Amino acid sequence: MFAITSRRGWWYLLSLALLLPGVIALLTGGLKPGIDFTGGSLVQLRFDQDITQQAVQAVAVDAGYPGATVQLTEDRGALVRTPPLDVEAKNALVASIFERIGPGQELGFSIIGPVVGAELTRAAAIGVAVASALILLYVMWAFRRMERPVVLGLAAIGALLHDALFLLGVFALLGHALGVQVDALFVTAILTVIGFSVNDTIVVFDRIRENRQRHLRLADAQRPTFEQTVNFSANQSLTRSLNTSLTALLVLLALIVLGGPTIRLFVVALAAGFLIGTYSSIFAASSALVSWDRRDLPRFWERFRSKLTLAR
Amino acid sequence: MRRRQWATLAFIAVIFGFALYVSLPGTPGLPIQVAGRDLSDLRFRQGLDLQGGLHVRFQASPPPDQQLQDGDMDAVKRIIENRVNALGVAEPLIQIEGDNRLIVELPGVDDPEEAIRVFRQTGQLLVINTGFEFIDEGTLLPADPSQTVLRGRDLRDARVGFDSLGAPMIEFDLQPDAANRFQTYTASHLNEVLTITVDDVVISSARIEAAIRDSGVIRGSFTADEARNVAIQLRYGALPVPLEVVETLSVRPTLGQESLQASLRAGIVGALLVLVFMVAFYRVPGLVAALALMVYASVVFAVFKLIPVTLTLSGLAGFILSVGVAVDANILIFERTREELRAGRAIRGAVESGFNRAWPSIRDSNISTLIICAVLFGFGSGGVRGFAVTLAIGVAVSMFSAITVSRNLLRLAITLPVLTRPRLFGAGAPAGSET
Repeated sequence: MFAITSRRGWWYLLSLALLLPGVIALLTGGLKPGIDFTGGSLVQLRFDQDITQQAVQAVAVDAGYPGATVQLTEDRGALVRTPPLDVEAKNALVASIFERIGPGQELGFSIIGPVVGAELTRAAAIGVAVASALILLYVMWAFRRMERPVVLGLAAIGALLHDALFLLGVFALLGHALGVQVDALFVTAILTVIGFSVNDTIVVFDRIRENRQRHLRLADAQRPTFEQTVNFSANQSLTRSLNTSLTALLVLLALIVLGGPTIRLFVVALAAGFLIGTYSSIFAASSALVSWDRRDLPRFWERFRSKLTLAR
Repeated sequence: MRRRQWATLAFIAVIFGFALYVSLPGTPGLPIQVAGRDLSDLRFRQGLDLQGGLHVRFQASPPPDQQLQDGDMDAVKRIIENRVNALGVAEPLIQIEGDNRLIVELPGVDDPEEAIRVFRQTGQLLVINTGFEFIDEGTLLPADPSQTVLRGRDLRDARVGFDSLGAPMIEFDLQPDAANRFQTYTASHLNEVLTITVDDVVISSARIEAAIRDSGVIRGSFTADEARNVAIQLRYGALPVPLEVVETLSVRPTLGQESLQASLRAGIVGALLVLVFMVAFYRVPGLVAALALMVYASVVFAVFKLIPVTLTLSGLAGFILSVGVAVDANILIFERTREELRAGRAIRGAVESGFNRAWPSIRDSNISTLIICAVLFGFGSGGVRGFAVTLAIGVAVSMFSAITVSRNLLRLAITLPVLTRPRLFGAGAPAGSET
């Protein structure tokens, strides 16, 4: 059996180390909202011969769209992003690109007005808030016979926000490094990861509930402490959590390699979220329960304050 | 094996057979109709991102002096339906979204420009007072709210008629409330000129010769065909409010098919990897799980076809994720079974208590996933909803497959003595220590 909960200080540090770079990237504007949020046009092209990003971008800039960005995709493809255009302006742009660069075909386009984009942002924020509230209520109800169901619920929400923040951070880093933009599918990914995170946390809590009920029936002398019960339960859940993540990752890996470029970033987001979700439910959420039980935070604060007083 | 268990197995076999029949490609379907839908045509419904097509979202944008009224959006929907039918697209989807939006989806359209051009003929009819001035046909005359007398929605009907000299003209009827207004107006503006525009283009100017009540005529120098076109435009095309395009998405069918092929290939490879892992790690139960997952997949596909669910790229992602959930249910059960075996229980008891003890975890965790699905469906649009629907169906079916199918197949498997060695349950390690 691994000592999981007694090393909780280390897990908190690890979480901090995992989250901090992403948070810094977020604060420095790394998360780049795509046209789904801001409104804009996206045209997907495929050329008959090899092309360069600079050449296509130059044509778009010459056509009067200085803010246009061009991203190359596999199979001689290119994604051209501009502010919202109407269909005629889009056609004119595509025509001049094919004329100057070489023949090809238009595979599809999206034109999204700024109103619709703003709505998506709002719907995503409300969605995360409502989902968190419902999950909190559900966890409190499902574990109502445990001591402190509210703490369980808050720990589940904490793990959920931990995972969502990590995912936002990863994409903020990707935004800084590769100019990756997030789209409507990314919102789906965040909500899915939230679902998975809670799902995983609940499985661990279920184990704690079951063991706790059994342990509470034991005589006082033999009864394990709350921390021992949690640590034991986290260990029991370990194989299951690892195997479940492994199978999910196998499927996601297949999607990343074979699933085509349209959903690749979505799948990468899911994979990152599943990894962090597995970690957070076993290590972070369980540790948080023990921290509450052992009054870590008040004790930490006391020590901190007494040191402060000594320093004076 | 008791008789009840044989009955359950028979029930599973029937469900599996039926689901397989429905879900296999090229199935002859069921010779019945349910709620007006012919179930002999059971093909997967593919979303626009897979089969290609055009998606346009309109928003009613009434001018400052006009407010959106009850029934306006229904009228807009009917009119757009008429125009779409003129395009001859198979299975178009036209639906009102919220208070002031209209979504039009045209599957398989390979020429989005042509379709958009047809929508663009917004057919906004205005009758404008131009003082004493006649204005030539074809002149662009932007709307001036202060001078607008009638709008498209005031019209009840329009048709072609002929005057006593045989010249074609357009006869129109007004809605009752508009008729009263129009009578008062024309009575007080005799000899002034009314100019009729459609989409800001003048089609006719005429002097008010007498007070007009609920019907009138538009004369102009047009042929009978032109008169009929204008009448049709007035009747079907006179949108009560202008529409603004707020979103256009177009996917060429070639791209859609490539995405579909790629996702399917990835799904199959992913599923095979999972099955190999399950059998390698859990042995006999893993094999049972593999069988149960086949039942699972065919039941899910059958449900997709029967409801029917329109499959999109994110819908496929939702399904693939639900496979993960289904596998997880099996893993939870088998881990519990292994623990029981290591604690020294006999195989039959270990299997039963493995299922019983894993059930609360499966139930609680799946309910939380379903809650997320409901939130996604409530706040999402388009692709997000497709994802939520397929994931929810998958999760619901996975509970059936894990608890009913896996369990009974495993009970059947352990009636064979050769399959009951703990080593074949991946539980080779000696009993661990219990706290």
